[in-house]
Amino acid sequence: MKKVWAIIRKDIITELRTKELFTSMLTFSLLVTVIFSFAFGFSTGLVRLAIPAMLWITFTFAGVLGLSRSFALEKEGNAVLGLLLTPTDRSLIYFGKMISNAVFVFIVGMIIVPMFVLFFNLDFLGTLLPLIPVIFLGSVGFVSVGTLFSAMAVNTRLREVLLPILLFPIIIPLIVSAVKLSGLVLEGKPLTEGASALQLLVAFDIIFIAACAVVFEYVIEES
Amino acid sequence: MRKALAVITFVLMAASVYAAFVYAPTEPKMGHIQRIFYIHMGTVWVATVAFILVFASSIMYLWKGTRKWDILAYCSAEIGVLFLTITILTGSIWAKPVWGTWWTWDPQLTTTFILWILYIVYLVLRMSAGSDTKKAKFAAVFGIIAFIDLPLVYASVRVMRGISPVVFGPGGGGIAPQMMHALLINLAACSLLFVLLLMERMDLERMGDELMALKTRGG
Repeated sequence: MKKVWAIIRKDIITELRTKELFTSMLTFSLLVTVIFSFAFGFSTGLVRLAIPAMLWITFTFAGVLGLSRSFALEKEGNAVLGLLLTPTDRSLIYFGKMISNAVFVFIVGMIIVPMFVLFFNLDFLGTLLPLIPVIFLGSVGFVSVGTLFSAMAVNTRLREVLLPILLFPIIIPLIVSAVKLSGLVLEGKPLTEGASALQLLVAFDIIFIAACAVVFEYVIEES
Repeated sequence: MRKALAVITFVLMAASVYAAFVYAPTEPKMGHIQRIFYIHMGTVWVATVAFILVFASSIMYLWKGTRKWDILAYCSAEIGVLFLTITILTGSIWAKPVWGTWWTWDPQLTTTFILWILYIVYLVLRMSAGSDTKKAKFAAVFGIIAFIDLPLVYASVRVMRGISPVVFGPGGGGIAPQMMHALLINLAACSLLFVLLLMERMDLERMGDELMALKTRGG
């Protein structure tokens, strides 16, 4: 546990000093939101229906941006070697990286939502509070596979380009259930109404955290 | 041995064409177009087996680390994608006159489509992974994750639509015994074709390995 924490702390300190992840992810989300508004031509009726989908598209794209840096950063100056040389189980490295990625992505998600509230005139607390668990579960599921694939993608010839190609088809169940739940929240309905979507989201998180922690050691060995 | 298998496969393929077009009775509601069902089922069956093989041999590869499991996973994925492409194409051709559309986002079709994409991504990953061991390991990891994802994809598509899929079978009610025979012959023919293709493809891969080894030795 202490070892996992050490990795998380390292990542957070790096981010606090450079701020490069947050700046790029947030600027990107802002731009995507603006593009969406233009693309829909400000017709509020249309936009309202599309908000859950827009929210998760923005989240996914911004998240991929952050994730692709996660291991690229370790590869620069061969820092990953240092990680590998520490006498720890490889799955602990996975958990460390995964949790710090989850923290970043979750925070970005929690900033995107108010941005949407502001731009599309939504009810602030009524939207934000019930969305917190959805964003949380979504972030965890997203980085569970994302961290694994990020470690893989930096070691291929295509690098960061490969990450979304690997990740998007896998996270389809996650996006579908998250969009469904967000839609319910925006309609002012309780999350319990989307029980099957909620179950699916939780199942996705648990299954992929377990599976990715097991196979992570085969991916990180090469570097 | 290989020759005999090829001959049997050829005979069975010919028999399956005969069974589908001549032997099986015309389906009363859909008409002749329903005859595409036999090859449609045959190919989707092979694709399913192929992807299960990818999953199993990916696990074996990570466990044992021997090249033969990697070859099996790779070749199986390639042939699986080929057969699933035929499944999707024949399904589309079948759907046009029967449903009035080439494509609908019904849970079964959507899942099949995502399945198809997942294994194309698997092949893309192999192309870009660089060194051989890295390629094999990454592909094995993706092969496992993709397979685990499938039931979730199916569940999610049902969540998205909120309805159960249209039951799509030959004739709905009973199936004529001749139709069953034609289907079984098609399944057998497609399975043999799969085994044959897989063996040939794996030989090709091994030859490639040998050639590479000779090249590096020759300098």
